[in-house]
Amino acid sequence: MAEVKVFGAWGSPFSKRVEMGLKLKGVEYEYIEEDLKNKSTLLLKYNPVHKKIPVLVHNGKPISESLVILEYIDEAWEGPNILPKDPYERAKARFWAKFIDEKCVPPMWKACWSIGEEREKAKEEASEALKFLENEINGQKFFGGDTIGLVDIAANFIGYWFPITEEIVGLELMTQDKYPNLSKWAYEYCNCSFVKENLPPNDKLVEIFKGIIQAQPASN
Amino acid sequence: MADELVLLDVHVSMFGMRVRIALAEKGIKYEYREENLANKSTLLLETNPVHKKIPVLIHNGKPICESLIIVQYIDEVWKDKSPLLPSDPYQRAQARFWADFVDKKVFDAGRKIWRTKGEELEAAKKELIDALELLEGELGDKPYFNGDTFGFLDLAFITFYSWFHTYETCGNFSIEKHCPKLIKWAKRCMERESVSKSLADPITVYEFVLMLKKKYGH
Repeated sequence: MAEVKVFGAWGSPFSKRVEMGLKLKGVEYEYIEEDLKNKSTLLLKYNPVHKKIPVLVHNGKPISESLVILEYIDEAWEGPNILPKDPYERAKARFWAKFIDEKCVPPMWKACWSIGEEREKAKEEASEALKFLENEINGQKFFGGDTIGLVDIAANFIGYWFPITEEIVGLELMTQDKYPNLSKWAYEYCNCSFVKENLPPNDKLVEIFKGIIQAQPASN
Repeated sequence: MADELVLLDVHVSMFGMRVRIALAEKGIKYEYREENLANKSTLLLETNPVHKKIPVLIHNGKPICESLIIVQYIDEVWKDKSPLLPSDPYQRAQARFWADFVDKKVFDAGRKIWRTKGEELEAAKKELIDALELLEGELGDKPYFNGDTFGFLDLAFITFYSWFHTYETCGNFSIEKHCPKLIKWAKRCMERESVSKSLADPITVYEFVLMLKKKYGH
């Protein structure tokens, strides 16, 4: 009897990626919420290298790093494809998922939580990165075509977390004017039933982010 | 129709070397083009507009970027010869995890070793040794990271062997002292023609780095 566990954090986009992947394949799993300020012995045992969530444990064997986990899920279970079948399309999907993690998420997150010159620099970096994604989505419903794929799952931070955060911190980065294609994609993405069921509640995230602002010494 | 393959690369790049090994393992013919990173070709800028980096593999006019992505592409297209990734999904996930670890931890620490001095350099050395020790632990007593045969993770990491001499000389330490099993593994990999013909000579790499250090005042 297959046993699937996910060690995650409810507010983390990386954690949600794994849950989305499993739900897409219709895989039942046990979810374990980690307190990131007090990580469990089990988590540290399953991910001794990075000591991070998410970790997928399948029949006692752990896998870490959300994009690695998503590829594993795609290969271990039948069901809708997370990656395309064609090798060239797979290479493109992997490229953009990596691009999101390395070039979009870090400066976007930094732009939200920094001030002054640091914020401007991060904003500039994020703007440039988003332009590439804007061109790539190019009127398609999803990065994966008609259905959600690896890149859409990887872009969950961009589609959901970021718009919420940027509104709270008063950062006007991913505007509809500058990124009409990306904004349209975000709308489709957040409103498609499958994704909607797999996002953390908006009000809970807002509460957390407002808490972070209040804890900051200088105002934005 | 015969396949047309062009590889945009730089001889001393550990990332480019990965693609060369993969192509050699599969016995694929291709045209190699050496790039001058101070004066990038139009073709490079057109085929990799996002990162403007090598390696880029152009297969029948279609570009693929990022070394590990290129290697997986090669493995999937030429799937009937010398498979690089294991067939078991869990083993594949482990190979991908550790290849990602090499990219993040070994590359970053190594880079800091030849670009910094003093306290920063010492910190980078520790970072590199820690990462290499973790990798040595992962290798265990296996002949290759992939088990009995050379595979994806071996390919992903062996290219850094050509840079060990540079790290050791700039940092004034011995990797073999800390990770003797890794060096044994590396020498075993070097017995493969695909590896020995694809890796740059460590002295060439060191001279290249000396040139960069001079140019950028590191």
